[in-house]
Amino acid sequence: MNEIELLNWARGPGLTYATIFMVFGLTLRVIEILAMGRDKELAEVRASGVANGWRMILKRSIPEPRNWKYITAAYIWHIGLLIVVFFFIPHTQLFRDVFGWWFGGVPSFIIDFFTVLSIAALLYTLVQRFTDPARRILSRMSDYLAWLVTFLPFVTGYMAFHRLGTDYTLMLALHILSVELLMVALPISKLSHAVTFFMARYYTGSSFGRRGIQA
Amino acid sequence: MTTSFEQGINTLKKVIDAPIASYFSSCTSCGLCAQGCVFYTEIGDARYTPIHRLEPMRRIWEQEYTVLGRLKKLVGLSKAVTQQELQDHVELVFESCTTCGRCSMMCPVGNDIVYMIRKMREGMTAAGLAPKELKVAATKTLEKGSVMGFPMDTLEAMVRAAEKETGIKINIDEPNVDYLLLLSSAEVMQFNEIIGALAQIFEQAGVTWTLSSTAHEAGNPGMHMGASDIEAEMINRIVAAAEELNIKRVISPECGHAYMAIRWEGPNVIGRPYPFKVYHIIEVLDRLRAEGRLKTTGCEDERLTFHDPCQAARRGGVNEPQRNLLNMVTCNFVEMKDTQACNWCCGGGGGVSSIESTEPLRKKIFHRKRRQIEELDVTTVVTMCATCRNTLEEGIEDNGMEVEVLGLTEVVANHLLKEKEA
Repeated sequence: MNEIELLNWARGPGLTYATIFMVFGLTLRVIEILAMGRDKELAEVRASGVANGWRMILKRSIPEPRNWKYITAAYIWHIGLLIVVFFFIPHTQLFRDVFGWWFGGVPSFIIDFFTVLSIAALLYTLVQRFTDPARRILSRMSDYLAWLVTFLPFVTGYMAFHRLGTDYTLMLALHILSVELLMVALPISKLSHAVTFFMARYYTGSSFGRRGIQA
Repeated sequence: MTTSFEQGINTLKKVIDAPIASYFSSCTSCGLCAQGCVFYTEIGDARYTPIHRLEPMRRIWEQEYTVLGRLKKLVGLSKAVTQQELQDHVELVFESCTTCGRCSMMCPVGNDIVYMIRKMREGMTAAGLAPKELKVAATKTLEKGSVMGFPMDTLEAMVRAAEKETGIKINIDEPNVDYLLLLSSAEVMQFNEIIGALAQIFEQAGVTWTLSSTAHEAGNPGMHMGASDIEAEMINRIVAAAEELNIKRVISPECGHAYMAIRWEGPNVIGRPYPFKVYHIIEVLDRLRAEGRLKTTGCEDERLTFHDPCQAARRGGVNEPQRNLLNMVTCNFVEMKDTQACNWCCGGGGGVSSIESTEPLRKKIFHRKRRQIEELDVTTVVTMCATCRNTLEEGIEDNGMEVEVLGLTEVVANHLLKEKEA
């Protein structure tokens, strides 16, 4: 298989398989959770909890200033990820092809800026994983692998765009493959938090709401 | 209850529900919960990272309730939880966690970590690993009707003394009154001025109330242990007393965990809704204030602050009533920097203060509270939980601080408008 064949596989069948695996896997994760159920609240509640559940989903996205040392890098690369994935013009074209409509893209220099910033922030989170005692004791091999599969698409994307490293076709193929690796890892690693955090926040927010605690 | 390692594991499997599954699925090992924990931030031991305390439970969740985990188990890639591991977690789940829930306020994915600690304690207790002090307290409560094991005669003597002092008759087992009042052991044994204080307040407000000879203890060691059967037995006694006396409103006293047990966990552990409503005493006083039935005079002019008990405020949702009352009877009230839902724990809750071996730990973590109090330059700390009050008094004494600790009900009673003045 040469570079062109690899690229064609990556953006053809490879992408299809990865998408199916991701969607199927994440759906299964959600079903696994819902299937556990939770007991009906029998105490007299102060509020239904539904509104507070939704409020918690939004409110926990707002940075907590007191923790800035631990969260700044994470906010930077999460925001960077969203911008780069959904607003880089070649990406928007792909989404437009698939969904028939997508947002407009942003100029490449902005994408470039967020890519470099995200790479730096991700590297810093890795340093924190080694140096912050709480993060270190929690970190298992899967945490480092999750970091790696998140890191790779940024680096390969940056290299492909700037014609760095190896041949452009091969680099682009590697970039797409690294994204597919991330897609496959999503449901089978802690990266599933990208979907399940909605549930975690809702469950907590609604139980707080019933007791009259603001999210 | 018979206990064994197998029962512990089975209980851990049983208590995992959808919220817990969503919490473990969402945890990114970011360690932010540690920044919320008074044990971690004051002592700096990484093992005190709140979500780390739940590691055995996390593995059970992964191995039993995820497809991938089951596959890993099948091919021998995962390690089963061992008895030794559970044993090692006693320190992390019981001795160095007051279940204050501040970690749950920090988690970016919204995990209610202390909800899981509470459930993990159930598994630990089923495995026979509950600390002996909690077991003793539970036995005393079941056998004698009070956490400290005093008989009803003791409470009755306190009641008669309060009657003599105030000249107000205090009912025991009086049916058809407005409220059934519960008391915590600490109030009866150490802070019994509360009985006279309430008698005066209720007399003025025209509220009728009673104590029960069969259910006067609000404290519930069953909750701290995670022994649902013991917790339910204590709750059922209160329900039976309220039903027998035909009382529609039950008052949980100035005790945070009592409020959590009777107000929020109670109906869920006995498996049915109550035929009555439950209020924290401070909620009752605030309602009387709002209705104009609580009349006070003057105000405390000492510079003072308020310590929010975690189970009543952060976890129980009682945040405004205490402030309304403080604004009524004090004129120099200042808030701590971290307060209400983000208040720092006193270090004594969740059964920790009753476990003897935790004393050195408690001394260390009290420094957080010390700094919180010292930076305000106050002479008085008011609170509404007997355990917090005890812990604060101990810590203040240890540190040679010149600060007085008061219960809010007492502060209100001190400013009660007397009949002849009215």
